[in-house]
Amino acid sequence: MNALYAGVFKRDLSLAFRQKGELLQPLMFLLIVVCLFPIGVGPGPEILQRISPGVIWIAAILSGLLGMERLFKDDFNDGTLEQLILSGLPLSGIALSKVFTHWLVSFLPIICLSPVLAMFLHMSLPMYQALIITLLLGTPLLSLIGAIATALTVSLHRGSLLVSLLLLPVFIPLLIFATSAVESAAMQLSYGPQVAIISAMTCLALASAPFAISYALKVSQH
Amino acid sequence: MAELVASQLSCMKRDKVLFESLSLSLSPGQLVHLRGPNGAGKTSLLRILAGLSQPDTGTVTWNNRAIDNEFQRRLVYLGHKAGLSAGLSAIENLTFWCAQHHIRVSETTLFEVLEVLSLVGLEEIPVRLLSAGQQRRVALARLWLKSSDIWILDEPFTALDTDGVALIQARCETFVRQGGAVIVTSHQPLSMKDMPVSVIELEGQL
Repeated sequence: MNALYAGVFKRDLSLAFRQKGELLQPLMFLLIVVCLFPIGVGPGPEILQRISPGVIWIAAILSGLLGMERLFKDDFNDGTLEQLILSGLPLSGIALSKVFTHWLVSFLPIICLSPVLAMFLHMSLPMYQALIITLLLGTPLLSLIGAIATALTVSLHRGSLLVSLLLLPVFIPLLIFATSAVESAAMQLSYGPQVAIISAMTCLALASAPFAISYALKVSQH
Repeated sequence: MAELVASQLSCMKRDKVLFESLSLSLSPGQLVHLRGPNGAGKTSLLRILAGLSQPDTGTVTWNNRAIDNEFQRRLVYLGHKAGLSAGLSAIENLTFWCAQHHIRVSETTLFEVLEVLSLVGLEEIPVRLLSAGQQRRVALARLWLKSSDIWILDEPFTALDTDGVALIQARCETFVRQGGAVIVTSHQPLSMKDMPVSVIELEGQL
C-alpha cells in the first residue's frame, strides 16, 4: 500500500504537474466548447437551460478523452511499465492508482469548474445540484472504462482515435441517466433512481476494471 | 539454491520460429553471455525469462517454482527501454523506482551511486535533457540499488563510453563473485578478469 502510494501515486502526480500545459488543455477545451453553445444556438435562457446537462456532460466526456491517451502511453514507450510489472506490486493496484490520478487531474478540475459552466447555461440551483452529483459519481466511471480501452490499445502506434471510437458508444448509458437526472431535477422531480443506477455502474466498474486493465497491460508486453 | 531453469522454450514471432527446444539454466555465481545476430530472439528470450511475456511452449522455473512475484523481487531487469520518465530528474526516477520495488534507500546512498556513475551535478535535470549515455547510466544505477539474486540485462552497454562499459563489467563481476547470476546480451565481447563466461549462441534462422 505504502509502496503504491510512494512509488506510483506520487510519481504520477508529480509527472502530471510537471506538464502543466497538458493539464490545462482539456480544461480550456471544455470551457471553450461550452462557451460555443450560447453563440451557436442563441443566448435564449430557455433553450440553453434545456440543453445544458447534455452540453456539459458531452464536453466533459470529450475533454476526459483528450487526456486519456497519456494514461499509459508514456510509461509504455519509455519502459516504465515493464519496470512496474516486474516490481512485485499488484498490477491491478497500480492500475487503480493510475486511474485515480487520472480522475484527480482531469475530472476534479472539471467538477470545480462546473459552477461557472452552470451559470453560462442558465442552470437553476436544483439542476446544478443534480449535475454535480452525477459528475461526482459518473466521472470515475469514465476514467475506469477509459483506462481499459487505453490499456488495450497502448501498444498500437496511433491508438487515440480508436480509443475515442471504442469508448463513446460505451458512455451512452451514463449520458442517458446523467442528463435524465438533471432534467428530473429541473422539473422538481426525484432523481434518486438515475443516481442509483450511475452509482451501480461505477461500483461495478470499480470492482472489475482494475483486473481488466492489468490483464490488458500484461498482454501489451507480448 | 536459487536456480533459474528454462526448459524446452520455443518462441514464434510473425510466423517465424525464433528458437525452439531451448533449455538453459542459470545458477548463482554464473555469468551467461547471450549472443546472436540481430533478430535472433535474444530480447524475446530475456523477456520470457523475466516473466514479461510467455513462451509459446516450455516453462521457466525459479527454485523449482513457476516464476512469480517472489522471483521478481530478487530480479533486476533492464531492457532496451531505459524505464526512465523523461520529465523527471535522475534522482526522482530512482527514488520512485526504489519505492515501487520496496527498496528503502537514503538520499546519501542515491548520491553515492550517482557519484560512482559520474552523474553528480546532473541529478536534478530532467532525464530528457541528458545524453543517451548518461540516461543509460541512470538506468544502470539500479544495479547498485537493489539487492538481488539475478540480473537480466538486455544490451546494457548501448551508448556507454569505454569507462562506462568497464564500470558495468566490474559491477557484474563483483555481483557474480558474491553469488549473483547474470544473463546479458551484448554484441561486444565481455572482458571479465579470470571469470568463466558461459556463452549461449542463438543462431537466428533466415
